Amino acid sequence: MKKYSDLEFLRLSKGEKFLYKLTSFFAAIPRAIGRFFMKIALFFKNLGVGFGKELADLVMTFKNGDWKTRSSYLVMGFGSIARGQVLRGLMFLLFELVFIFYMIFAGAHWLSLLPSLGKIGPHEEYNAVLDAYTRVYGDNSFKILLYGVLTLFFIVAFIYTWRLNIQQNKLAEEYLKSGRRLKTGQDDLRSLVDEQFYKTLLALPLTGIMVFTVMPIVFMILVAFTNYDGAHDGYNNALFGWVGLDNFRTLLSWSGSGVNYSATFGEILTWTLIWAFFATFTNYFLGMFVAMMINKKGIKLKKVWRTILVMTIAIPQFISLLYVSKMFAKNGIVNGVLLDLGWIKQAIDFWGSQEHNALLPRVMVILINIWIGIPYLMLIATGILMNIPADLYESSRIDGANAWQQYTKITLPYMLFITGPYLLTSFTGNMNNFNVIFLLTGGAPTNAAASGASGSVGFTDLLITWLFKITTGAEAQYYLASVVGIMVFVVVAVISLVVYNVLPSIKNEEDFQ
Amino acid sequence: MNETLEKRSMGLRASRTISNTIIYVILIVMSVVWLIPFFCIVLQSFRIESTWQVGYVIPRQWGWDNYRALWNSDFKRWYLNTFIIALAVAALQTIIVLCMSYTLSRFRFKMRDGLMRFMLILGMFPGMLTMIILYRVLKDLGLTQANAVPGLILVYVASSGMGYYVSKGFFDTIPKSLDEAARVDGATRAQVLYKIILPLAKPIVIYTILTAFMAPWGDFVFAKYVSFGTSAGMNVAVGMWSWLQQDMIGQKYTMFCAGGVIVAIPVTILFMCLQKYYVEGVTGGAVKG
Repeated sequence: MKKYSDLEFLRLSKGEKFLYKLTSFFAAIPRAIGRFFMKIALFFKNLGVGFGKELADLVMTFKNGDWKTRSSYLVMGFGSIARGQVLRGLMFLLFELVFIFYMIFAGAHWLSLLPSLGKIGPHEEYNAVLDAYTRVYGDNSFKILLYGVLTLFFIVAFIYTWRLNIQQNKLAEEYLKSGRRLKTGQDDLRSLVDEQFYKTLLALPLTGIMVFTVMPIVFMILVAFTNYDGAHDGYNNALFGWVGLDNFRTLLSWSGSGVNYSATFGEILTWTLIWAFFATFTNYFLGMFVAMMINKKGIKLKKVWRTILVMTIAIPQFISLLYVSKMFAKNGIVNGVLLDLGWIKQAIDFWGSQEHNALLPRVMVILINIWIGIPYLMLIATGILMNIPADLYESSRIDGANAWQQYTKITLPYMLFITGPYLLTSFTGNMNNFNVIFLLTGGAPTNAAASGASGSVGFTDLLITWLFKITTGAEAQYYLASVVGIMVFVVVAVISLVVYNVLPSIKNEEDFQ
Repeated sequence: MNETLEKRSMGLRASRTISNTIIYVILIVMSVVWLIPFFCIVLQSFRIESTWQVGYVIPRQWGWDNYRALWNSDFKRWYLNTFIIALAVAALQTIIVLCMSYTLSRFRFKMRDGLMRFMLILGMFPGMLTMIILYRVLKDLGLTQANAVPGLILVYVASSGMGYYVSKGFFDTIPKSLDEAARVDGATRAQVLYKIILPLAKPIVIYTILTAFMAPWGDFVFAKYVSFGTSAGMNVAVGMWSWLQQDMIGQKYTMFCAGGVIVAIPVTILFMCLQKYYVEGVTGGAVKG
């Protein structure tokens, strides 16, 4: 593709300019993806180099260190205690003791079962007292996986702390050699509210994120490689075990026996992307339009208009969405009023119509989403529009620009530049917009062609509502839900990466701050 | 010459009047469209001649029956549950979000960039994915079904550190020279936070409290999962959702409307009082991304 200089670009006609911009946008995508993989490669290279350095450092520290440092390789914190940093040393020692006890009494057990996820399943056993066969439960795959993962986390944490302990020794040694004073326990405590105050502040939030977000995500990623479902629940019915990449194959290969998940997945993914596109951009432009109308000079009662719209934000979505959904039901108010007025002869089936791939319900959810979304966008756009320097408009008017030109040349570029990141997050947010779809339609109308063993799939189902249906369905195919979840992540991540690398306003973060 | 100028300005004025009239019409139509559902829900909540859905708006018989029926139903329990959750989440989540956002705005430590990137990536996983395991863990802790309230609080609060973007953006706008001046005067980092930053951060604190308080009223999916069909552990969203399902809607539709009014009124009043802070937060958040 030919690259134009700025001057050449300005000489192009309007159509050519547009074409040039469009082609250069798409031409940038492969580069962006390439750059992404380069980054990954670089990351691993750095990882390897860093690891090598660490190892070398460990060996050198041991070789050059004194006996206090050396003994710390085995007894953590020994060097610190010997050098008078008792509090620090005791913390290290305590951590080591807890780790050893945990590994002996629990960790080793879970780790040894992790590769198989349990050996003894539930079975019938002869009970001499009752003189009958009773059901006996064996291992619990779920717990094995959970505690196995936790143990792995713990081991990583231990290695990190062990390394930290050796670094501390090395530093302390250097400090003493150069004749400086070491920090006492009191200094350490004081620094937790001063220089290292961030550690105190982050302790609680990060613990919460580790336990309730990171750990579950790791667990669920692993579930994608097992056959965990209602029938293989790991304890009551049967154990579950590792199945490798089988689940991904089921979802992605086009020729599967039985239910064709790949077709279902493709269909839902397509609608999810269509929905996210329309939900994001209709709201964006209409919200901006409303904000501009209210902001226009000479319009009175600005506060009233704004308040009416903002009020709808306050009302919990489940009330407004459920109620609106029922308003458009076949026997709902909308149909009732339209029938009374004589505008229609027959009640319109807003949510059940299957014509043209359920076009009507799909358009309805997008329209009602506009009703939900405009107030937010109106607020955001109002704030930004007020920041556009007024003299830009003044001078453009003197130059003879009309309202439309002002909009396309000043307002829109400014808005797009500032809200680029917001558009991206709202696009991905809409892809996962569970509430609007689930409360409005519940995924209806049912798409008979796509439905299968994993429960009914509807025309308005997004990937996220499908995921919900899979987990709460009769077969509870958790492994499938987990694969779908990972696919959602992949789609969101790819979109974000491409946009991040192509959009100029995101690249130069400092420019617009 | 003067005449043409006058004509032109008159033409301008006329076109402005026309365009303003059009805008007024659009705004009025919009206001009606936006308010109709709420207008209908209030009217329907006073309808006592039937309890199911009907095709007309104005009730034929008016009365307080639906509200009385609410008082005698599980709704009271759901309302209390949601209120407790909302209060607890508002308090705890605010502390966590402020800790997180203040730290990421003010401190430059080794892991900072990595941490922020890591949380960005974490945010790309659908949160629903973690529901299955969190449910099992809460169940083992005995915090599901009838005891769902503490379980829900725990889960909402624990992962709330990820939502630091808006308030970090706000802290970024407070000049760092203030911190430095106080540090020169001998204040510790902790003192800087309590004595200087927090008083200045009042708008964002209120914004965080407000959004944290409002979210539990609308949360549906996780609350449904954790309460698992036990009425005592439901919040209003889950409980009232069940009223609109096939088997219940005939008897409970007007009660749903009444319940909706009862839920919406206090939240809306609170929101309208603190609207200013909400608008500030939303606009700031979108600009800073």
